[in-house]
Amino acid sequence: MKISQQEVEHVAKLARLELSDQEKAKLTDQLSNILTYVEKLNELDTKGVEPTAHVLDMKNVMRDDAVEPSLSQERALANAPEKAAGHYKVPKIIE
Amino acid sequence: MELYSLTIHELQEMLKKGETTSRAISDSVQARIKAVDGKVKAYITVTEAAAASQADAADKQRSSGSASPVLGIPVAIKDNMCTEGTLTTCASKILGNFVPPYDATVVAKLKGAGFVMPGKVNMDEFAMGSSTENSGFFITRNPWDLERIPGGSSGGSAAAVAAGECIAALGSDTGGSIRQPAACCGVVGLKPTYGRVSRYGLVAFASSLDQIGPITKDVTDAAILMNLIAGHDRRDSTSVDLPVPDYTASLARDVKGMKIGIPKEYFIDGMDPAVEKAVRDAVKTLESLGASVVDVSLPHTAYAVATYYILATSEASSNLARYDGVKYGVRASGAKDLLDLYLQSRSQGFGPEVKRRIMLGTYALSAGYYDAFYKKGQQVRTLIKRDFDEAFKKVDVIATPTAPTAAFKIGEKSADPLQMYLSDIFTISVNLAGIPGISIPCGFTQNNLPIGLQILGRHFDEESVFRASFAYEQATDWHKRRAKL
Repeated sequence: MKISQQEVEHVAKLARLELSDQEKAKLTDQLSNILTYVEKLNELDTKGVEPTAHVLDMKNVMRDDAVEPSLSQERALANAPEKAAGHYKVPKIIE
Repeated sequence: MELYSLTIHELQEMLKKGETTSRAISDSVQARIKAVDGKVKAYITVTEAAAASQADAADKQRSSGSASPVLGIPVAIKDNMCTEGTLTTCASKILGNFVPPYDATVVAKLKGAGFVMPGKVNMDEFAMGSSTENSGFFITRNPWDLERIPGGSSGGSAAAVAAGECIAALGSDTGGSIRQPAACCGVVGLKPTYGRVSRYGLVAFASSLDQIGPITKDVTDAAILMNLIAGHDRRDSTSVDLPVPDYTASLARDVKGMKIGIPKEYFIDGMDPAVEKAVRDAVKTLESLGASVVDVSLPHTAYAVATYYILATSEASSNLARYDGVKYGVRASGAKDLLDLYLQSRSQGFGPEVKRRIMLGTYALSAGYYDAFYKKGQQVRTLIKRDFDEAFKKVDVIATPTAPTAAFKIGEKSADPLQMYLSDIFTISVNLAGIPGISIPCGFTQNNLPIGLQILGRHFDEESVFRASFAYEQATDWHKRRAKL
């Protein structure tokens, strides 16, 4: 299955990736090859086959809603590229 | 024999008899790292000073009488498992400065048992790859032939074990990332059943497939590490609350009466004849030890790679959305607004393979393609899982090659992603089905490159996998060979 460079650009936008022209050309080619290979799955009739999201037969796992110790604000922010007044800091969003 | 080349159980015997100390073992490993890591390049971070004080503490604790099997033993940790206070990069530039504020559960368990951490080892970026060539920092080399790849993604773990740069290591396996590098480097690697070992603190790649496991010099060491890391963890809701058996106990049993399945789909055109011969000989050895061999069929094997590359990339595209340059990791400078900050940080921080997989996964999940790709993949996953369910009605374990060839040359497959993906053809189904699988050494090619035998078991039946592997190992001496560096 061939995909176009426009589709690659659209997917990059969804994935929050900015690609160079060279990357776009290369990915158009490589993704087309991979998707062609993946189309092999269409040889199989999967009508009525339950999809497997997860191999274990488990449902939601609940716990008591109890207060427990957690990371301190200081430690939680220790890896922040920028912080201010106990918050993560990002470029201004609203003018 | 130098201390660094010994196994956990050999060192434990020596420690018990007072023939060595944890400090001497740690120093031996650190000296070995200094001597050979310039060539092998297994380590991203070496924690020499911390290792020395952990070893001293272990010696002190031993003199007070308590001794877990890994007390004072250097175990290297793949750089996608969080280590409190120690850099954890996932071999990605985007996490190049990340120092976790907490330990992964497996790390906390090993710390509780008094292990020594020699450092953090290299991998394909975000565990995406089969050669460790996709590391964002540098390529790790195979200790048996420095021109060749060590396998991947846990290439640093397997190379460090094979080179004597640690006594054992932890790796993670999403589509073969423990077993294939173990095969390439001539060591033992176990991917446990999905849910057997907690994933808490393991940087997520594909959450329904990822599993942590040991990479060791022999089967006994793998069982020893499994005893320590397996078990339920309330911090990982997919970890299973089942009792953990003593895996070392399953080593005491022979294979008489055991049924070993051989799937015809795993002996294909294009595989190295030396690999096929070594694996067939290994099966004969197991037969001579009293096992019976049964032909089985796993008819959907040919669809596993395609299924995996839809499902794993879809999960990855979602998991890796968190790297946005806001909360941790590297932020691009000079962004003009928030969207630009995301775009720049991600585009500069991720390497080519990671971008390719995010793109493929985003495409598969995007409007209009979900049913054709993602849902189809999940349905084929069901068929692959059923294949194993059927086969395991007839046999106790299944034996196959771990990979179709021995380690390939650096650069040989990096131009064509699809060729690289196909090197995982024998390991990927195992993750899709969620069953346990081990790779153990079963021979060498004419070029003196190790070959791996893969043994698979039923869900939560690591014991049969250990039993068959140990019986084979005791009848052979492949695992005693060490790479000359």
